[in-house]
Amino acid sequence: MADPVIDYVFRVGGEGGEGVISTGEMLTTALARAGFEIYTFRTYPAEIKGGHANFQVRAAGKLLLSYGDAVDVLLAFNQEAYDKHVQDVRPGGVIVYDADSFTPPASTGAVFYGVPLTSLATEKVGIKLTKNIVALGFLADFFAIPSEVFTELLKEKFGRKGEMVVQKNLTAFQVGVDCARQTKKQDQIKLGVGPRKTKELVLSGNESLALGAIAAGCRIYAGYPITPATDIMEFLARELPKLGGFVVQTEDEISAIGTVLGASFAGKKAMTATSGPGFSLMTEMLGLGVTAELPAVIIDVQRVGPSTGMPTKTEQGDLYHAVYSGHGACPRIVMALTSVEDSFYGIMRAFNLAEQFQVPVVVLSDASLGHRKATVPVPDMTRVPVIERRRPSAADLISYKRYRFTPDHVSPMSAPGMEGGGYVAEGLEHTETGYPAASDHQNHLRSTQKRYGKFPQVEVIANDLARTYGDPKPEIGIIGWGSTEGVIREAVEMAQAKGYSVGALHPKILYPQPLAKLKAFISGPKAIIIPEVNYTGQFATLLRKRFAYDFIQLNKCIGLPFTPKEIFDKIEEVAQHVRANTRAVAAKL
Amino acid sequence: MSGPTPELLPQSYKTDEHPIWCPGCGDFGVLDAVYKSLAGLQVQPKDLVVVSGIGCSGRTPGFVKSYGFHSLHGRVLPVALGVKLANPSLCVIGVGGDGDGFAIGGGHIPHAARRNPDMVYVIMDNSTYGLTKGQYSPTSPRGYQAGSTPYGNIEQPLNPLAMLIAYGATFVAQGYSGKPRELADVVTKAIEHKGFAFVNVISPCITFNNTYKVIPQKLKETPQDHDVTNRAKAFELALDTAHVQLGIFYQVSQPTFEEGAAEVIQKAQASGPPRLEEIFSEFS
Repeated sequence: MADPVIDYVFRVGGEGGEGVISTGEMLTTALARAGFEIYTFRTYPAEIKGGHANFQVRAAGKLLLSYGDAVDVLLAFNQEAYDKHVQDVRPGGVIVYDADSFTPPASTGAVFYGVPLTSLATEKVGIKLTKNIVALGFLADFFAIPSEVFTELLKEKFGRKGEMVVQKNLTAFQVGVDCARQTKKQDQIKLGVGPRKTKELVLSGNESLALGAIAAGCRIYAGYPITPATDIMEFLARELPKLGGFVVQTEDEISAIGTVLGASFAGKKAMTATSGPGFSLMTEMLGLGVTAELPAVIIDVQRVGPSTGMPTKTEQGDLYHAVYSGHGACPRIVMALTSVEDSFYGIMRAFNLAEQFQVPVVVLSDASLGHRKATVPVPDMTRVPVIERRRPSAADLISYKRYRFTPDHVSPMSAPGMEGGGYVAEGLEHTETGYPAASDHQNHLRSTQKRYGKFPQVEVIANDLARTYGDPKPEIGIIGWGSTEGVIREAVEMAQAKGYSVGALHPKILYPQPLAKLKAFISGPKAIIIPEVNYTGQFATLLRKRFAYDFIQLNKCIGLPFTPKEIFDKIEEVAQHVRANTRAVAAKL
Repeated sequence: MSGPTPELLPQSYKTDEHPIWCPGCGDFGVLDAVYKSLAGLQVQPKDLVVVSGIGCSGRTPGFVKSYGFHSLHGRVLPVALGVKLANPSLCVIGVGGDGDGFAIGGGHIPHAARRNPDMVYVIMDNSTYGLTKGQYSPTSPRGYQAGSTPYGNIEQPLNPLAMLIAYGATFVAQGYSGKPRELADVVTKAIEHKGFAFVNVISPCITFNNTYKVIPQKLKETPQDHDVTNRAKAFELALDTAHVQLGIFYQVSQPTFEEGAAEVIQKAQASGPPRLEEIFSEFS
């Protein structure tokens, strides 16, 4: 059994398009197969070739909740990678670099291993491009990661390209291994085999989400390529036809959501995924989905905005848009995914909510979650039972009213092909039958009440889904949303270990809000921090509208997710403040 | 239930909703032609979906006994594509106006044409924006005077037929609402056509752009010997803007989008229907 306290952060940096990402991905899969929990983070340039790319993987013998703080091992393919990341390497950390490419300055408190990656690849393999495989061989042997997992992986990865390519890569790997054996070890890092024995999957947030959509019964996907959501479409283009479904790459995002609404109207579960700019284009159709009461799932893998923003960088900046976009009184459900594992179940719940309440559901993910990989248990298909929309009974179809006012405000929904179920899905305000009623004042009120009338039931589910962790009666509270869940949880654990009383609430449905859960939580702590990866504190602002409470905001707006320490530092600062104030009050008494 | 389905007559497709169009509007002729074609083909209302955008033409689904989708301005084709993909056995008819289709919705037409889904797209072309009171449209002639062009339209009108032929639509035809019987004939052929069938209908706006007096002099049947598979000849007919040519300009057979999708599904399922668990195993 390996030491369970193993917890190392590896970062690979170099020129974009030169195999940095694939090196990181192979390292990730190998570490996962070797029995470690993994948690990755990547940034890459907006250019196809050139520009700087880096990929980070944290591997540990315990469940990981964030991408970590300091870097233990930096693999730098060039000077730029070194310059950009050297300050993140912890004291005593390791820097492996391509000695053919540059020479780092003498002292930084790190341990240096210069490996002539380029010349080894060129001379011993005959292919310069295999330098990243040489590097993997070096890392594997040097840090005692079982070689077999890498060689298996290389065979799988290059098998389709033929035996020659496989052999060249195996040779490159061995060249790296040999080099490691000739290098004198000066550090303590050693991984060996991890403690996990059960089978787990290595999934990115986007992949997990796409799998969840399939599990929920999604059979039509329409979308337009946009970073960082595109791989959802590519994944489904490959997998959906296997289950009889289909993916259309539409001419734009308006067409994508239009196709989704058309397919939903005709009886299929359908979804689209995009990022901020595409979601902006979809706004008008979102309103149509609301008034025509069509189930639909719209994923927004958020990136930095406004406008084209920073396409490859992360932000939680689209919450206002998700909640308020669209003209008129336009109720929709907004959810946020919290982790790679939650992306699977979260999408299943999104489809269920869409079907159950016949309303578009906007699901917020973000670049950091969509593109990071993590080890997750094989999904349990029974955890979230699949819900189908309410269909009309034979009696309903005798004199069918598509938008019939019902006690729970949900009406049986027919589909083309059903005898007696004909109706017009209307963008105009309409009566119970779907008949346009653009001038009927009272009907508009009643119809609006019908559409909002579903919300109290959604709120009950929202309360059930909001998670709390940490101290149940905390002195310091944290409210988070979306992909910050893990990092907040890790910060809470750090703070608890230092003796602070901290607890957190993390809702999954953000609109309508889980009011009962929020109310109960807010009444306890002496101070509440709301960390968000955006500039203005969008969730804090939404909550301030419902609760007269002076939330403390912690905002990060540089296109990167939080590190646990950043949140921990804020907790510590606030906790000391609270204690000082309590003492001041006590002194006065 | 047993026994033969009672025969559907044109009036069988009429709903209780009375068209809100101005008396004498060309769109009545289009609607009658559609009723006639549907009855001729005995299309079952339960299997029929009429999709529209916004404008006078947008109200059409409400007047046809079937399933309908009154969507957004210019968004007829994406919605219709979704319907057809979800259930390829449906008869899908998209209807729109010249503003709806060629201005705001113009970006969708080339893609619908090249995808070739098996559906009909009928444009009720009155060369004006009727519902917003007569502003110029993408097919208004130069010099057209209205609220937004008080000194006359300075823009060149689009040529819908030439455009659709260029985009690769597999069925391109033109009709006139003043000749509903001939129009019904064209619509019938459009419904029968396997693929994306575009029918441009000259449908005058009685209130803002009453062209009923000038159109009849310009009418011309497409030549008897016109070879509809000849794309260059079809262009030639379309470019004859001195006349309003009526009939089928172009018709060829191409695989439809649904057929393509079915082939992809077949390819993907070549090794048998997979279970989700098998997809999971790709990621372990």
